[in-house]
Amino acid sequence: MAEMIPKPERMKRSPRQMPEQDPKKRIRNFDEVPLGYTAEDAIYEAQRCLQCDPPPCVSGCPAEVHVPQFIQKIVEEDFAGACIEILKTNSLPAMCGRVCPQEEQCQRVCVYNKKDKPIAIGRLERFAADWAREHRVKEKLLEIRKKDKRVAVVGSGPAGLTCAADLAKMGYDVTIFEALHKPGGVLIYGIPEFRLPKKIVGHEIDKVKELGVKVTTDLVVGITKSVDELVEEFDAIFLANGAGAPQFMHIPGENLNDVYSANEFLTRSNLMKAYKFPEFDTPIKVGKKVAVIGAGNVAMDAARTALRLGAKEVYVVYRRTRKEAPARVEEIAHAEEEGIRLDFLTLPVRIIGDDKGNVTGMECIKMQLGEPDESGRRKPLPVKGSNFVMQVDMVINAIGTMANPIVARSATGVQTNRWGYFTVDEETRATSREGVFAGGDITRGSATVISAIGDGKKAARAIDCYLSSGSSLRKR
Amino acid sequence: MGRIITKRKIAPEIISLEIEAPAVAEKAKPGQFVILMTDERGERIPLTIADYDRQRGSVRVVSQVVGKTTAKLSRLNEGDELFSFVGPLGKPSDINRYGTIVVVGGGTGIACIYPIARELKEAGNRVITIIGARTKELVIMEEELRKVSTELLISTDDGSYGKKGFVTDVLEEVLRKEKDVKKVWAIGPAPMMRAVCKATKPYNVETIVSLNAIMVDGTGMCGTCRVTVDGETKFTCVDGPEFNGHLVDWAEFMNRLARYGQLEKSSFETYKRERGKDNG
Ligand SMILES: Cc1cc2nc3c(=O)[nH]c(=O)nc-3n(C[C@H](O)[C@H](O)[C@H](O)COP(=O)(O)OP(=O)(O)OC[C@H]3O[C@@H](n4cnc5c(N)ncnc54)[C@H](O)[C@@H]3O)c2cc1C
Ligand SMILES: Cc1cc2nc3c(=O)[nH]c(=O)nc-3n(C[C@H](O)[C@H](O)[C@H](O)COP(=O)(O)OP(=O)(O)OC[C@H]3O[C@@H](n4cnc5c(N)ncnc54)[C@H](O)[C@@H]3O)c2cc1C
Ligand code: SF4
Ligand code: SF4
Ligand code: FES
Repeated sequence: MAEMIPKPERMKRSPRQMPEQDPKKRIRNFDEVPLGYTAEDAIYEAQRCLQCDPPPCVSGCPAEVHVPQFIQKIVEEDFAGACIEILKTNSLPAMCGRVCPQEEQCQRVCVYNKKDKPIAIGRLERFAADWAREHRVKEKLLEIRKKDKRVAVVGSGPAGLTCAADLAKMGYDVTIFEALHKPGGVLIYGIPEFRLPKKIVGHEIDKVKELGVKVTTDLVVGITKSVDELVEEFDAIFLANGAGAPQFMHIPGENLNDVYSANEFLTRSNLMKAYKFPEFDTPIKVGKKVAVIGAGNVAMDAARTALRLGAKEVYVVYRRTRKEAPARVEEIAHAEEEGIRLDFLTLPVRIIGDDKGNVTGMECIKMQLGEPDESGRRKPLPVKGSNFVMQVDMVINAIGTMANPIVARSATGVQTNRWGYFTVDEETRATSREGVFAGGDITRGSATVISAIGDGKKAARAIDCYLSSGSSLRKR
Repeated sequence: MGRIITKRKIAPEIISLEIEAPAVAEKAKPGQFVILMTDERGERIPLTIADYDRQRGSVRVVSQVVGKTTAKLSRLNEGDELFSFVGPLGKPSDINRYGTIVVVGGGTGIACIYPIARELKEAGNRVITIIGARTKELVIMEEELRKVSTELLISTDDGSYGKKGFVTDVLEEVLRKEKDVKKVWAIGPAPMMRAVCKATKPYNVETIVSLNAIMVDGTGMCGTCRVTVDGETKFTCVDGPEFNGHLVDWAEFMNRLARYGQLEKSSFETYKRERGKDNG
């Protein structure tokens, strides 16, 4: 066991940084950028934790991770124990450790944050999960009595996986239905390998399957089977089909050949492994000069992918300023280190092409910030006469996604709001139809992995309540 | 799901596969398609549902070898399992009792019009079917189509069978003769569908085409399949694949179909070279 350090000593330490791949090298490969803590790094960082009671950090985590307890296990050098502690509440720790916006969640409320140096909870979580995977730690599952109730989960993103895992742990018979040929949702098709290796996603999904969760891929709910049909076969349903439909700007030239939606670009690269073409059969194209529209995580992922696929120059074009950019600070920093240029206060108005449909440029207009709008952000307004043409040969549209109506259309009595998202009770995730629950992006619009996980947990609890009380969707 | 039950070669480079897929067969309707992958490294490719048998729980697809994926598919045998098979995708054809209908199929499009012709006939329409191919041996499904058509007309580019010329030549004749054609369905290569639309335009006959846009997911998630119809962007996989051909922006559509041409070609060449080595 590592030494217990007196509190004043702990507080003097500065946070341990995590080593990263050199930007010049990493733009030539798809390997992960942050390299992870060594055991020594992890212990050093873990020793800083003050073991607060009650721990504020836990209240900032929708997955309810037992933060001080798992950190203490790291101090005790019981790394397997640390991971098992996390798994008690969170089935996807290696992923959360990597992509959670920790700075907005657990770390924001860590007591150290007053001095602006919160415990690196995410990095420690990643370390514990990676260690357990690499050392093939087997979690001893409690013997649970199987319940004779069946739950259908629609969609295998973080919301669906979490709800399924939690219910399986309670003894329910759970089946996930997934439209694509591989489970994982955005974690598999959207977030790139260099940020979230697919081997790790696969491992955490395998663990969920080991709990007894069945996964049926290649089944589009709403098409192959309607929600109304699922109602006949299952006792309760959790809808977690994400908000996957790409939005466009509706400007001229948007259907030119090399104008991609971020979803197409990232799906080809991640899900279909087009970055390994022709070893994998799905092709992908990349221009020499690429413009990416938008400044969220999706835009950064698309820009960094384009760079790795061989683009010479990549510009991220955003109509507001750096301050309003929705991407995580870390993602923007990584993009800039890699040489991606960010053009703020710039709005595309037209994409220009030749007669073969190839992109030859993008006309933009400069913006300035006006009065705050209803979201509280200052509204960008065009500067008259400031139009200019960017010389680019490819454009990736990453302005956001919205609800795909396929599932909702087949769900009688399940209400949606005017954007097509299911309306639910915040706490129970119950929809307007008894026995049907919903969570993740399809109830809130594009959000985060951790909010989807939180919804999955709440829904699992509410479904257990619903079924334990003897209710069921199925007429028996 | 996805096991090949029967495989038949119906023309040079064209195969017909009956695939076990009860969930797809149960819902399938004319005009819809499936997306399949041959193996884990494969591409997701769309193929039209050429027939379905709810009792047997199977659907039939007809595929022509044009590149790597269709070549891989043609090498699979009965009993083999596809890596992925999903459907039935897209909107079904709008089958109604209209009166006189002309359905036109070119190349593998002939297979795609078969279930449409059948359902139209069953709905009580007079169905005039025109099928065409480059040459006699590429004329497929003639007998099946004859059974479900009031009249079947055939053309070949080289005149080796039926009338010499294009399906549009036969279509023009029909349109001149028949005064009351209510609707035309045309499925085949993009240039053929565009030509059919040009032919029907002066007669002001609504013409439905089935667009073979490039796709990835087939559920409205990626936007690869976008087309402009009547000035609006549509997703072929969920808003189509059938559209009013007179409103399609054909130039844009054909440009987009060629997006990956070079890459696809080089990967097919590499594949053929490697297969050649294996066999030799
Ligand atoms: C490129 C990208 C980068 C991101 N980066 C981050 C990040 O760094 N940190 C972060 O916290 N968040 C990030 N996000 C957001 C985060 O990924 C999502 O908020 C989260 O994945 C939502 O989870 P979900 O379970 O609701 O849905 P999803 O992950 O979208 O999963 C939904 C699943 O349902 C399936 N489905 C859809 N329709 C049907 C149907 N009809 N039948 C059956 N299955 C269906 C889909 O195929 C998919 O597998 C990112 C998103 C993207 C696109
Ligand atoms: C809704 C729909 C239904 C279809 N139904 C059938 C069918 O029933 N039978 C059939 O044989 N084919 C059908 N197609 C076309 C089929 O999907 C393509 O032939 C297939 O994707 C080619 O894959 P490949 O890897 O073998 O060839 P690739 O290497 O991808 O392409 C070879 C050549 O075909 C062109 N091409 C690429 N994709 C397509 C495409 N989607 N459509 C047309 N040409 C393309 C390329 O530009 C290239 O010149 C359909 C397509 C769609 C969208
Ligand atoms: S799951 Fe996310 S929010 Fe919760 S402790 Fe881990 S990093 Fe923090
Ligand atoms: S708030 Fe910070 S210091 Fe306190 S227990 Fe949580 S992680 Fe440790
Ligand atoms: S194929 Fe992806 S949206 Fe149509």
